[in-house]
Amino acid sequence: MTPADFPLLSLVIWLPILGGLLVLALSDKYAQGVRVLSLIFALLTFVLTLPLYTRFDMAGAEMQFVELIPWITTFNIHYHLGVDGISMPLILLTSFSTVLVVLAGWRVIEYKLAQYMAAFLVMEGLMIGVFAALDAVLFYVFWEAMLIPMFLIIGIWGGQRRVYATIKFFLYTFLGSVLMLIAFLYLHYRTDSFAILDFHQIQPFDLNAQILVFLAFLAAFAVKVPMWPVHTWLPDAHVEAPTGGSVILAAIMLKMGAYGFLRFSLPITPDASAALDWLMITLSLVAVVYIGLVALVQEDMKKLIAYSSISHMGFVTLGFFIAFDIFRNTGGMQGAALGVEGGLIQMLSHGFVSGALFLCVGVMYDRVHSRNISDYGGVVNTMPVFASFMVLFALANTGLPGTSGFVGEFMVILSAIKANFWYAALAATTLILGAAYTLWMVKRVIFGAVANKNVAALKDINPREFLILALLAAAVLGMGLWPKPVTDVMHPTVQHLLEHISQTKL
Amino acid sequence: MNAVTHFVTPDFLPAAPEMFVLGMACLILVVDAYLSQNQRWITYTLSQLTLLGAALLTLMLHQTEPSLTFNDSFIRDAMGGVLKLFIYLVTGLVFIYSREYLKSRDLYRGEYFVLALLAVLGMMVLVSAHSLLTLYLGLELLSLSLYSMVALQRDSAVASEAAMKYFVLGAIASGMLLYGMSILYGVTGSLDLASISRGAALFTPGEAMPAEMPGGNTLFIFGLVFVIIGIAFKLGAVPFHMWIPDVYHGAPTAVTLFLGSAPKIAAFAMLMRLLAEGLGALHGEWQTMLIILSVLSMAAGNLIAIAQGNIKRMLAYSTIAHVGFLLLGILNGTLSGYGAAMFYTLVYTLMSAGGFGMILLLSRAGFEADRLEDFKGLNQRSPWYAFMMLLLMFSMAGVPPTVGFFAKLVVLQAAVEAGLVWLAAFAVLMSVIGAYYYLRIIKLMYFDKAGHDAPLVAPRDMRIALSLNSLGMLALGLFPGALLALCSRVVGTG
Repeated sequence: MTPADFPLLSLVIWLPILGGLLVLALSDKYAQGVRVLSLIFALLTFVLTLPLYTRFDMAGAEMQFVELIPWITTFNIHYHLGVDGISMPLILLTSFSTVLVVLAGWRVIEYKLAQYMAAFLVMEGLMIGVFAALDAVLFYVFWEAMLIPMFLIIGIWGGQRRVYATIKFFLYTFLGSVLMLIAFLYLHYRTDSFAILDFHQIQPFDLNAQILVFLAFLAAFAVKVPMWPVHTWLPDAHVEAPTGGSVILAAIMLKMGAYGFLRFSLPITPDASAALDWLMITLSLVAVVYIGLVALVQEDMKKLIAYSSISHMGFVTLGFFIAFDIFRNTGGMQGAALGVEGGLIQMLSHGFVSGALFLCVGVMYDRVHSRNISDYGGVVNTMPVFASFMVLFALANTGLPGTSGFVGEFMVILSAIKANFWYAALAATTLILGAAYTLWMVKRVIFGAVANKNVAALKDINPREFLILALLAAAVLGMGLWPKPVTDVMHPTVQHLLEHISQTKL
Repeated sequence: MNAVTHFVTPDFLPAAPEMFVLGMACLILVVDAYLSQNQRWITYTLSQLTLLGAALLTLMLHQTEPSLTFNDSFIRDAMGGVLKLFIYLVTGLVFIYSREYLKSRDLYRGEYFVLALLAVLGMMVLVSAHSLLTLYLGLELLSLSLYSMVALQRDSAVASEAAMKYFVLGAIASGMLLYGMSILYGVTGSLDLASISRGAALFTPGEAMPAEMPGGNTLFIFGLVFVIIGIAFKLGAVPFHMWIPDVYHGAPTAVTLFLGSAPKIAAFAMLMRLLAEGLGALHGEWQTMLIILSVLSMAAGNLIAIAQGNIKRMLAYSTIAHVGFLLLGILNGTLSGYGAAMFYTLVYTLMSAGGFGMILLLSRAGFEADRLEDFKGLNQRSPWYAFMMLLLMFSMAGVPPTVGFFAKLVVLQAAVEAGLVWLAAFAVLMSVIGAYYYLRIIKLMYFDKAGHDAPLVAPRDMRIALSLNSLGMLALGLFPGALLALCSRVVGTG
């Protein structure tokens, strides 16, 4: 077996799942063993995903590390995996985040520890599967199966209203997904294949059918992103989920909706996307501006970050859908690539930043058992190291130059100007709103005099927490100062995608 | 066919499994009479051996080519063979699951096993029917056995009431079916399904029928309606579903387990023999009727299930919803659609057996675990069985990677291929509603605290069988290819 044939993607999908089962078998009696084993599997998976980057052919836009095995021959369904410049960075983000989550749950989780760790490891495999699947049924299987561990994570280890939040989360996403399934079945009816790349080639594809398929996809992806007005599950789920669950939700799951737009909606139904781009842009701008205002008035830190996530994801969808306006205005795709790549960078950056902020809240919550902003004040006096991390991530959330948050937002705004000045102007308000809600929260929580005896009793972060936050800080600063390694990977794929969607299928 | 002037000895070989089961059922009836309560395990073992022997006979006599016997009224074909094997398998599981339950309720008697074996015989005859008469014979044998099984707990008022309801409604439905059959006989002049199929091929809506079938058009539709009512009753499709919740609820859980699993396979066979093989030419007519049944079943089943506090009732309504899905596969009238429906049926019976098996596992002497609350905190009491139930529930809800998802996928695909995208969309929306009440069980098991800490006691064979049954939902979900290929290969071979 040559290195090129090695089923690396299968390995990184099934290894954590296997690890999860082993951890489950170890049971809670060996708590330390469970922790160590989980960490080993998470680290091993992360290390094994690194070759996806190092051995990635940056010049090509075609799928790499492809695996293709017949799965269900009666219906022409294949076990078909592969990555391109869009999905590969997301897989790395997934394996990286899982390591942090395992570390974050190290001492904090005491109830049913083995099930907790197993749920995250299994979910890691499934999430990588979502990004790597090139067969629609396989994709759907991973996409839905992922809901099961998340449902349990929120429901078992969540806060007060966890049952409400998790059932809402499950039903919301399930409702969106089943409509996507109908779209898949229709596309299979058209192509007699379930290969996603075959779906891309349907021609001719009349506009009405395209619009219906687009709306079915929209139901699935808009819920996942989430876009206004189907975002209401997110604040509930985020607030009630344990820290690890919030991190995975924010860092990975939200990205799947955006990934779905790039993998399905845009290339399969380009004409419908162009026809409905006004809708997508409007919804994105509403998310950016209105949800930004909503974030401003939150009193719960997790809720505030959750709303900030929705607002930032609005940037991502904006970056994707202004492409059509740019085609119309300029006839070229130079600016469009900037928008899509900006959206992608924003996805990665948001994965780090929001994950980091949720971990910061988790650090405080573990000590004080409150998420309310008003229960804090002057944390910097008792936790100086922690405070500096938190301020760094808060600044990254506002898009400060030099942090990863700046790169994506800047690219999207730059691209939006080419589409329409007002898009850019509205999008840019996020720089003000984002700064307002984030920094105001920081001011009330971190700075000022020590507010109460709980805060006075705080101990600064331990080495484990320091390690988690330091890794994230390195990622945030690294991507902010030198984003080229990431954009280089994406560029050929995005270029190829834009060429594909600029041609009509009617 | 020419008039038979002399008696021809029929070829008994294709019916060997049926004769074996009949002989064994009679033998067990006699043997059991001489056994004391301590020796009842002999009855149990003999019953299991009967199923095993029937399975071996069915496998040995397997032929790819269909063969007819008894004046063309009995058919042995590949589809029948596979359906029969699944009937044995599910019945075997039922026997394993119900043994402890029966013992603790003084129902561990020969009657249960003999009646179940006679019901199996009825199903086998039904599966292999190639004339209206054989079909009816099998159906009645099945139904009468089931009526008596529901009434097995003589001193229970609920069970007697359920049996009475089942019997009265079942008799009416049988009457309807018989009336429909008599009309079909009147039009085509034959009880043989092949002749009926040839007659149906002459059906031309809106035009005059050939002279040999005066008034055939109207009569065909008339007969079809009654036949479909009969089938819908047996399947439990809305609006002929009224008996299901009461009977499922009232019957002893061990009987509900049997009632809710294997007979669905027989009902599917009846559907195939009558509609697909007999009246396939009238596809355009019955498609509309099935769409109505399907839509109503999915909607009513899923919505009413939400309001149930008794898990047996909840699963009863969930059965109704599943029947709605099953019909999606049939109504396309294509071989791939029938294959999808067959896959759905087989998967459903396995899920259903597992689900009721879990209720039996949680039940103890003097305690019926049939309230939803009885599942509270199962994850604390037994993480393993909580996980098994989780697999079963997600499979029923149709969430991958369990096999329930693929069952839904293939029938939805059949609906989309029939050009009924709206129906498929309606079906998936209903499945979201359905997901809610399955999730509620998982919520009770995982998110709530247990009311008590009583350990789960069950014999080893039951624990193993139930675990394999549930893990099978996952295994079949990861590798559904073989069973799907089998289903699509064997349908329509007859």
